[in-house]
Amino acid sequence: MEVRKLICINCPLGCPLTVTLEEGEVVSVVGNTCPRGESYGRKEVSAPTRTLTSIVRVRNGHLPVVSVKTSADIPKGKIGSVMDAVHRIDADAPIAIGQVLLKDAAGTGADIVATKAIQRV
Amino acid sequence: MERYDLIVVGGGPAGLSAALSARRAGVRDILILERDSELGGILNQCIHSGFGLHTFQEELTGPEYAARYVSQVQQLGIPCRTNTMVLDLSLTASGEKLVTAMNRREGLLSFTARSVVLAMGCRERPRGALNLPGYRPAGIYTAGTAQRLVNMEGFLPGREVVILGSGDIGLIMARRMTLEGARVKAVAELMPYSGGLQRNIVQCLEDFGIPLLLSHTVVDIRGKDRVTGVTLAEVDDGRRPIPGTEEEISCDTLLISCGLLPENELSDKLGVALSPITGGPIVNESLETNVPGVFACGNVLHVHDLVDYVSEEAGRAGACAAAYAARTASSDRDPQAFAEEISLTLRPEGGIRYTVPQTVRPAHMEEALLVRYRVGAVWTDCTVSVWLGDVCIMKQKKKKVTPGEMQQFFLKKEALSAAGASGDIIVRLEKENHGSP
Repeated sequence: MEVRKLICINCPLGCPLTVTLEEGEVVSVVGNTCPRGESYGRKEVSAPTRTLTSIVRVRNGHLPVVSVKTSADIPKGKIGSVMDAVHRIDADAPIAIGQVLLKDAAGTGADIVATKAIQRV
Repeated sequence: MERYDLIVVGGGPAGLSAALSARRAGVRDILILERDSELGGILNQCIHSGFGLHTFQEELTGPEYAARYVSQVQQLGIPCRTNTMVLDLSLTASGEKLVTAMNRREGLLSFTARSVVLAMGCRERPRGALNLPGYRPAGIYTAGTAQRLVNMEGFLPGREVVILGSGDIGLIMARRMTLEGARVKAVAELMPYSGGLQRNIVQCLEDFGIPLLLSHTVVDIRGKDRVTGVTLAEVDDGRRPIPGTEEEISCDTLLISCGLLPENELSDKLGVALSPITGGPIVNESLETNVPGVFACGNVLHVHDLVDYVSEEAGRAGACAAAYAARTASSDRDPQAFAEEISLTLRPEGGIRYTVPQTVRPAHMEEALLVRYRVGAVWTDCTVSVWLGDVCIMKQKKKKVTPGEMQQFFLKKEALSAAGASGDIIVRLEKENHGSP
């Protein structure tokens, strides 16, 4: 039996989780105060994922960059390759909030989505 | 001179929420004054996610959270002047508020308002306030300045970074700088615990193998034109560096994340009484300062951990400002008359550092008044209790409370009246199993 102590990162409460595994299978998650904590605990010990946020350079915008996020969580191990893909995006203003700037970033299935509107100047 | 029922100073999350709730409470003439070029305040540079879980039941990034409020303000047609800096707040002879502001397009501006909401937010404690020894080369930034440079202006301020202070902005910037290709060598924290949220230590430091050195500080900054390195040392219980523990780390950038200070120069000039503990105005249950008709909310009142709580608090301040504006519009009643009413002081004791609000007028409070507080140190297995004289009107057990995480309880109106409200309301934190005071 293996016991892993984690801090849930789903929200600022940061619940301390205790995940118990038997032969690699999760048998219990305790310490969470909501269902999201349980699923975080299960995922974190097997296939941890993260939401990635960053910026993308923009031409002709009221700001030189636009903030972006992944449309879904990506595997933690893919953060580097998704960042490489984000750095290669070439964007032109105007950009709407929610606009997809790159589909299926680095084969993760997640899109890179603008989180801010950028006006053309 | 332009006249308004309500002027909101600051167009960040607090100001936007206050303006929206005042409009919904029926105030017609509202003006938001914002010194930056766009509304949204600090949220615009907080591109990470984690905002809005309470307000919208979904996880948003800072710019997305701001956009939701900005679009509501636009839909309701609330006027805003951006790029406009408020220079002074004062009172006219009739008790109205005189707001002096300036922008490039219109020059010097004067407005009067029945009511004002202070929503100027806070700023970072700079190097000069920390007594850090060493040279003064380029390459020393507050974490928030670096955040703006990276996330809004598209500059990476350095390649090899040491961060002093483990506040949330410092932790978030450790990750941001790493993702953009910089190497963050260490985060040093003077205290034996982090001032940031646990989740940020996990996802911003541990995910990237960045060491968090607790009970450590910077004892030297080297470099004449540009930072070339810093010296870190361990500190003892009295936070003094321990000789022999010095470690030199080469870097070209030092980021400072050592706390936030409410920005109250304007409030002070107006005669608003400030708390030496929060750095923000002393307010009553209506979030009203000692100057009638002047309300405060958000980080200018006390530094918050979560924007969701700022929005909620600012909503209440906006509603109370609306009620004040309506009262003064509909009668000639001297607003000072309210000062005569019974007012109880919330007095923090034991481990409690402060409460907001600091005073309560039972006649004006809601059935359940939300009281927020912070503790001065990490406490485990403790009890928070509220006392009126020797009557305990509330008791809560806490497994763990830390200075970095704001706490709250509801003060019930009926409990106050049942206990025969007079004198101080004592809010006390102590180890479990203590008796009455």
